Amino acid sequence: MGDVTPLWEVFIRPRNGLAHKHVGSLHAADEALALSAARDVYTRREEGTSIWVVRSEAIAASDPARAGENFDPAEDKIYRHPTFYKIPDDVGHM
Amino acid sequence: MALYRALIELADDHLVLGHRLSEWCGHAPMLEEDLALSNFALDLIGTARSLYAYAAEVEGKGRSEDDLAYLRNEREYLNCLLVERPNGDFAHTMLREFYFAAFMEPFWQAALSSADPVIAGIAGKAVKEMAYHLRHAGEWIVRLGDGTEESAARMQAAVVDLHPYWEELFSGGDCDALPDRAAIQPAWEASVKVVFAEANLDWPEPVYGQNGGRDGMHSEVLGRMLSDMQYLQRALPGATW
Repeated sequence: MGDVTPLWEVFIRPRNGLAHKHVGSLHAADEALALSAARDVYTRREEGTSIWVVRSEAIAASDPARAGENFDPAEDKIYRHPTFYKIPDDVGHM
Repeated sequence: MALYRALIELADDHLVLGHRLSEWCGHAPMLEEDLALSNFALDLIGTARSLYAYAAEVEGKGRSEDDLAYLRNEREYLNCLLVERPNGDFAHTMLREFYFAAFMEPFWQAALSSADPVIAGIAGKAVKEMAYHLRHAGEWIVRLGDGTEESAARMQAAVVDLHPYWEELFSGGDCDALPDRAAIQPAWEASVKVVFAEANLDWPEPVYGQNGGRDGMHSEVLGRMLSDMQYLQRALPGATW
């Protein structure tokens, strides 16, 4: 079945103003049927207001074997988090 | 009573088709369509409930929606014969759904402006559901009709098999609160033929139409379906859980 109905990744935007978030995958013959299937499988409980589908094979992924060189160097650079600033009281909630 | 009868005809169409689609649950060719068909079944059964509840109120004899669904015999069911046709293969199921949705979508569209607020309310919810059923089933008909040699042959076979049944959709239901069904036929034929052209399907020559469903004269398949659907209430009357 993989040939006629390839794999698609599904992204749903829960509300306006939020980003599309990956929710899972499905098999479908083409874009229209993939959107239809995504609607039927992933939005039955009012999960979304917008759907994206992307062919899984179109996604380039980082190599898990290189996770060390990719992500570990960020470990000791806590100064990149904006947590060292005093926020004036009158700025309110941020 | 014209309103009661028209409501029962529509409610029976929805319940019988909804039950037919629910028979696919766990048997569809792929998980995605299994969920889609179950969703469709629930949409239709939901609309049937609203219609039965209103019919029971209009009748005023203290019957409930469950009484109407589970305690009427085959001859009291007034659905058109199209919706009781067996599921057959996927081509038959999708074509039956497509014919029904291509009728109900414009029907509910017209019913939005009904002077009866209950009808307009039911229409407001159902019209969106039918628009989706129509699109989904239409997409499949194009892909099967314009697909492989086998899918095209099966799709065309479904068209021939169901050809005697679609005209009955436009019969019955003469009352002020609901749209005129016969008036929808030209729009129905136009929208069906657009999809058929895209799907490379041939519209068959006219045949002698099968009808009688609106008078309770059904094919033998409905009795078997009801004996399955009504089993629990017949075996254990009044059972609840």
